Amino acid sequence: MDANPSSADEPSSANELIVRARGLTKRYATTIALDHVDLDIPAGRIVGLIGPNGAGKTTALKAILGLAEFEGELSVLGRNPRTQRTDLMQQVCFIADVAVLPRWLRVGDAVDFVEGIHPRFSREKCEAFLARTKIKPTQRVRELSKGMVVQLHLALVMAIDAKLLVLDEPTLGLDILYRKEFYQSLLNDYFDENKTIIVTTHQVEEVEHILTDLIFIKDGKLVLNASMDQVGERYSEVMVGPDKFDAARALRPLSERQVFGKSIFLFDGVDQAQLAQLGELHKPSIADLFVATMKGTYA
Amino acid sequence: MNPNAITTNPSLRTFGWLVKREYWEHRNGFLRAPLIIAAVLIFIVLAAFITADVTAHRHGINISGLNISQLAEKMSPEAAEKFALGLDAGMLGMSAPIMVGLTFVMFFYLLGALYDDRRDRSVLFFKSLPISDVSTVLSKVAAAVLLAPAIAVVACIALQLAFLILTSIYALLHGTNVLPLLWRPTHLFAIWFKLVLMIPLNALWALPSVGWLLLCSSFVRSKPFLVAVLLPLLVGFVVGWINLMQSLALPSSWYWRYIFGRIEFSLWPGSWLFSSFANNAINVSNSGDNINIGMAKTDFLNALVSFDSMLGVLASPELWIGAVAGVAMIAAAIHFRRSRTEAYS
Repeated sequence: MDANPSSADEPSSANELIVRARGLTKRYATTIALDHVDLDIPAGRIVGLIGPNGAGKTTALKAILGLAEFEGELSVLGRNPRTQRTDLMQQVCFIADVAVLPRWLRVGDAVDFVEGIHPRFSREKCEAFLARTKIKPTQRVRELSKGMVVQLHLALVMAIDAKLLVLDEPTLGLDILYRKEFYQSLLNDYFDENKTIIVTTHQVEEVEHILTDLIFIKDGKLVLNASMDQVGERYSEVMVGPDKFDAARALRPLSERQVFGKSIFLFDGVDQAQLAQLGELHKPSIADLFVATMKGTYA
Repeated sequence: MNPNAITTNPSLRTFGWLVKREYWEHRNGFLRAPLIIAAVLIFIVLAAFITADVTAHRHGINISGLNISQLAEKMSPEAAEKFALGLDAGMLGMSAPIMVGLTFVMFFYLLGALYDDRRDRSVLFFKSLPISDVSTVLSKVAAAVLLAPAIAVVACIALQLAFLILTSIYALLHGTNVLPLLWRPTHLFAIWFKLVLMIPLNALWALPSVGWLLLCSSFVRSKPFLVAVLLPLLVGFVVGWINLMQSLALPSSWYWRYIFGRIEFSLWPGSWLFSSFANNAINVSNSGDNINIGMAKTDFLNALVSFDSMLGVLASPELWIGAVAGVAMIAAAIHFRRSRTEAYS
């Protein structure tokens, strides 16, 4: 890595691509987990990668992290994640799942270890994060609650000055206090314009306010890939009275659901002024958008 | 204590932390096991002394220093030499329980080294750090063949010292001075030097087992023990069966000796002393006209663990062919480590 200092430590500019994939494909024996995916993720974004179970989220993340073989072109921070993995991990962090910290590890040893291994780790930062929790340096991971393990992992990861942070279901199985705190710390104490975060989760409601970009993945294909602003412009929800049902259906809504005798229609790319005549206009939640987009996935 | 201070080379520093990591995880096997075995042996020695005293007291026998101290003074040079050789053999033999423990610790450590962290998914934590798969696997090799045996050797030396000290104190309490008889620094240092020299020789010889166990550990989705032990057993039976049917050029005993034996049993410290080259030393000792069978045995052990037979193994092709096979299997384990992150429990 000393051989080419110019590429390794350049400050990321706004138009630098953190992830660039072309025709990214991953086949298993009987299924295709990723089907010719093209993807560009610029710096300074928080991208939500949302999809039903088995849609290919984890496969995509594994490819980005260099943990799995794949077909097609993929570059992460300008490097090939398969062949330059060790180098890449200087700039990329991930929390793969809850509770993957080894159970025998002592908290203090964990901090020493990461400090010894990672050149971009700040012990001061890590200890400051840990000071806000009830975690003690002498405790072993196996003595910590699930929520505390995540706090420890987050403290270790947030103390690393990396360009890309990948989170795969980081808050699965945690109570709401830990979940809220997790995303709050991430946003307030970690994220800035030089960092990029990719997060997958099923708890869509909890991340929708922190995302800058939204990707829906279904059957190995990206079915939506847009910034949150674009999503807001494209999709609208209208609450329509029974008298205007036919007019609403004529505009080919994505979905329709009944609430208190009225129907809520979700539209993609229909002029908002036109929709306003049908009834009350809302911004759809990501959860509703997700349900409408993924219709028939498990059928 | 802090590896950062020892070296500024980043990859060496990482390697140091990786070995330390192995030690943290396996402190019980690497450190506690040899210490506990040594403590048990010392306890047995103490118990023997106390039993001897209590029994003697009960039967009114008075142990006086007369016999042994006179024995030491009146011993002929040849007899003294034989006694010293017997003591040397005893000192080496005393290490055997620790070495047996070490073998089991190494076996199960290597079998789990690239499997346990896949099973509990903590491999994903280590993979999230800038650590190459090469250094990960090599750190485990180093922990198994250098760190664990080094700790075991320290425990052996501590045990031998404790034995000598306890025996001397016991004898002194009974009015006998055995110091000139027991404490022969040149012999002690030679034994310790042999124990230390055994570490790299054992490591070289163990490579086929190390490679095989790590390879199994790196690729199995579950039950590494079945694949590592039962599979070669099964293959051996099949080979034997085919031999019966077709009488191949190589007898199945070749398989058991050179494949099965080398991938399953090469971790045993000093097992290489019994390999073909060392047979010379054994023949020499067997051809001696010892009448006393007990003395023949100590001669045998001393001849077996002589510098000649130890260094002689370096000239044996079996050592080097096995080492090459071991390195190849370690390379294969590194390859599997790159992409296998999953396992079932």
